[in-house]
Amino acid sequence: MARFKVSFSTLMLILGLLFLYIPMAILIFYSFNASRLVTVWAGFSTHWYVELFRDQQLLSAVWMSLRIAFYSATMAVCIGTLAAFVMTRFRRFRGRTVLSSMITAPLVMPEVITGLSLLLLFVHMAQIIGWPADRGMMTIWIAHTTFCSAYVAVVVSTRLREVDLSIEEAAMDLGATPFKTFFLITIPVITPALISGWLLAFTLSLDDLVIASFVSGPGATTLPMVVFSSVRLGVSPKINALATLIILAVSLIAFIAWYLMRRAEEKRRQMIQE
Amino acid sequence: MSTWIKLLRDKLPQGRTLVFGIPFFWLLLFFLLPFALVLKISFSAAIIAVPPYQPVFSYVNDTFNIILNFGNYLFLFSDSLYVAAYWGSIKIAFISTLVCLLIGYPMAYAMAKAPLQLQLVLLLLIMLPSWTSFLIRVYAWMGILSNQGLLNQFLLWLGVIKEPLRLMNTNFAVVLGIVYAYLPFMILPLYANLVKLDRTLLEAASDLGSRQINTFWTVTLPLSKGGIIAGSMLVFIPAVGEFVIPELLGGPDTLMIGKVLWEEFFNNRDWPVASALAIIMLALLIIPITLFHRYQAKELEKNG
Repeated sequence: MARFKVSFSTLMLILGLLFLYIPMAILIFYSFNASRLVTVWAGFSTHWYVELFRDQQLLSAVWMSLRIAFYSATMAVCIGTLAAFVMTRFRRFRGRTVLSSMITAPLVMPEVITGLSLLLLFVHMAQIIGWPADRGMMTIWIAHTTFCSAYVAVVVSTRLREVDLSIEEAAMDLGATPFKTFFLITIPVITPALISGWLLAFTLSLDDLVIASFVSGPGATTLPMVVFSSVRLGVSPKINALATLIILAVSLIAFIAWYLMRRAEEKRRQMIQE
Repeated sequence: MSTWIKLLRDKLPQGRTLVFGIPFFWLLLFFLLPFALVLKISFSAAIIAVPPYQPVFSYVNDTFNIILNFGNYLFLFSDSLYVAAYWGSIKIAFISTLVCLLIGYPMAYAMAKAPLQLQLVLLLLIMLPSWTSFLIRVYAWMGILSNQGLLNQFLLWLGVIKEPLRLMNTNFAVVLGIVYAYLPFMILPLYANLVKLDRTLLEAASDLGSRQINTFWTVTLPLSKGGIIAGSMLVFIPAVGEFVIPELLGGPDTLMIGKVLWEEFFNNRDWPVASALAIIMLALLIIPITLFHRYQAKELEKNG
């Protein structure tokens, strides 16, 4: 009986992983297809990759998306870390419930609602204070920062809860200000969480189509918008080539992050043993 | 340097306020306040102008006017299309959540039981797809499910079917797409919950003569309730408002509210109706969101 149950869940795990990875493997495989028809194999070719790098509109959208993702992730780490710090270190204060719901709600809020509500905010702000006059990179940056902060707050607060409070207390007993303690003790200890929070925010921002579509103006076209308008018309091998590059880049970054974290973990374990 | 520190020390009370104030006011301004504006615009009427709605509050001839237009809501309830879209969204999101749970639970269970080193690798493998583009992952199914797609070709080759099945542009494709896209979000909280499960409880149950399957139903499953709720809400709530998946994989008979809202906003430029749609969607989702919040707040505030 015991044996059967273990093998059932293990079997499900293997099947589940296959389910997650087979479609992506197919996508990569057909990106090297010479034929325009995605489902008919006509020989190996890197033609679609060449085509991809000739597409000026696409390349400028990539550049736009990367810049927005960089700025959004950076700002989201600042705001999310502060929010996580408040939630884990401040005991009781007014507005705690409001803050904690504003951190958790964006995690599940349907994107169409977030997008619409932010657009209406920007429209009202433009009417009342005259800013933002144009919607574009700036408004997408604000929108992405807002929902990414919530994710960063969750990642960072998990780490903050694990940190040994006695180190922070010792620093303050020895006369360090809370400000100094935060920068000299807390920040270095939670750096891995800050990095993974930043990376998560970066990928979330890079990936967002719906919210960006609502708050963007005519001047700012991000990569998901270009991909979406192309995909809507049907399957295209060029998108497969793009998908392959994205999957490759993400896997590479994930592998490096995983490797670095493992090494840090091993080092820490060694230090504890010594 | 020391004067600088002294200056900071003098400013300490403000420092605390600042630490709290920055995230608080950012989220208040860019997350909470916008909902009030959606509510306001849902009581407006669409006009051809920039922006395309009638002002709700106006100040003319020394009188402050509030014009509330309930027409949008009446319109939504009178038109069966919208009611059907809400119902369709909830049905599809519910089925998808259930399928995710049935697939995700055994997966999370197996992960939590694996050796520690392997657990980290498995965790990475589960999270990796959710870091690659969502759009691309949905797109992957377009090539698989179409009439000349790989799945149909495969089934024809096997001889299971005589002619291609219509898989693409059906509700089946939408559920499949949601399950595929959201499965990692179901697994992660379940895994986090199951891995913390106190092993001694299971041992105690088995020492007292409980069979393993019995222990699972009476000990493991009730203890993983938090993970089940968090995972299910992480799938269900966004799935109700999903736009990309029904747009790309769904057909003309796939009625989902996220898609309807998008069309009202972008195609019809009817911002007030889109706002009213969003407000009703929020009202429907408020209970699931509160459930999720309660679990997440417990997680956030717990001291490890």
